[in-house]
Amino acid sequence: MIVPRHYKEIPQRYRLQGNRCKACGRVFLPPRKICPCGSEDLEDYNLSWKGKILTFTIIRVPPAQFKYQKPYAVAVVELEGGGTIQCQVTDTPLEEIEIGKEVEIVFRKILSEGEAGIHCYGYKCRVV
Amino acid sequence: MAVGIIGYGAYVPRYRIKVEEIAAQWGDDPEVIKRGLLLYEKTVPAQDEDTITIAYQAAKYALVRAGIDPKEIGALYIGSESHPYAVKPSGTVVAEALGMVPDIHIADYEFACKAGSEGMFVCYSHVKSGNMKYAMAIGADTSQGAPADALEYSAAAGGSAFIFGSDEDKIIAEVLYTYSFTTDTPDFWRRDQQMYPQHGGRFTGEPAYFKHVVSAGRNIMEMAGLTAKDIQWAVFHMPNGKFPLRAGRQLGFKKEQIEPGWVVPWQGNTYSGSSPNGLTATLDSAAKPGDLILMVSFGSGAGSDAFIFKVRDRINEVRDMVPKLWDLIRGKKFYLTYGQYAKFRGKIHLNPNV
Ligand SMILES: [Zn+2]
Repeated sequence: MIVPRHYKEIPQRYRLQGNRCKACGRVFLPPRKICPCGSEDLEDYNLSWKGKILTFTIIRVPPAQFKYQKPYAVAVVELEGGGTIQCQVTDTPLEEIEIGKEVEIVFRKILSEGEAGIHCYGYKCRVV
Repeated sequence: MAVGIIGYGAYVPRYRIKVEEIAAQWGDDPEVIKRGLLLYEKTVPAQDEDTITIAYQAAKYALVRAGIDPKEIGALYIGSESHPYAVKPSGTVVAEALGMVPDIHIADYEFACKAGSEGMFVCYSHVKSGNMKYAMAIGADTSQGAPADALEYSAAAGGSAFIFGSDEDKIIAEVLYTYSFTTDTPDFWRRDQQMYPQHGGRFTGEPAYFKHVVSAGRNIMEMAGLTAKDIQWAVFHMPNGKFPLRAGRQLGFKKEQIEPGWVVPWQGNTYSGSSPNGLTATLDSAAKPGDLILMVSFGSGAGSDAFIFKVRDRINEVRDMVPKLWDLIRGKKFYLTYGQYAKFRGKIHLNPNV
């Protein structure tokens, strides 16, 4: 049953709601309690829905829930205004995916729990 | 007090399938289909897209154009015949994701292809009554036609969102008149637990689509004391390319008055998002301040909602803020084979144990 975990993570998955260190300005998603700089003074911060591909990998042997999507890419995206996220790349042919490419973050269905469970929504990115 | 659209947005997926590809699968002549339906290709939702994600994206664009705090929106109504859940609303996901909760009234609407305009109708009334400052209506669908059925050529994915409000400085298109024409007409239906809809064949034309669309159009124009000459642009529900042109002709409209919103040949029928997308495309392209727009939806079962809008100066300020529907339709797109399309649309029987 994935409901409790999905429910708990709704703010970050739906709205990119992370946090930012007031001392050094670093941005985190998922949010952190303590910044690597040592500060515990962090504030809520909604990350930007635009960014660039920092790096990516192509998944050819995916976990069971994603088997009908193979092959697909997972990228680390550096967002405008700070913060990096890791997410699936959607709506983009694999040969178009390159480091440095501009992406927009989009709201998509990440997975459905079997035939009768919930649909889990969250963020992915696509090359613009 | 004037009430109107203060923000709008549309979205269609990047995937397409051409009439030729579907016709080759089933042994139809693509030229006959294209001539008969005036359809060339249709949008197909990605594997990770559904009515909720399409509604979300259209709503996000509408919020940008409106430039308001999402928390001020008092109601969200998503109209669709392809809500991802049979029980559990689509609207809660969209409202949560856009930061509109918890002070909001939410309901999912259903009325075949007119569920989107129903939401518009109610949102307009909420604002008009003074009960709410803003209200948002979305028409979105990822509809399915049964394999080899004529509907398979048209059933597409996409949608539009509209925020209604009464701020004088924010109105893009003022609502001048509304009218609904409804009867019990079994032209198209889908029973519970059935994957694909059934339709009454030729019965879907005259007694259903044309009777309701033309009556609604004629009656609202009579109510307003206007003729097709006084109205610059007209949008009718678009189950295929031909029907809206013919309905328009019967009401005295020329093809040029319908064309700015005539997106169906290249996007297909987006069901609850069909006439809403036509309205968005018209606002995005041809509409000038002072122009009047007639919009008539149609939902099988059957009914039509009609609106007459008056476009205001603000259209020129907001038009370029987000991607325009015609740009999404003509922009980056990927064509699918029938096999890929069948997989995307869940038309292949899978063995969960493999
Ligand atoms: Zn820090």
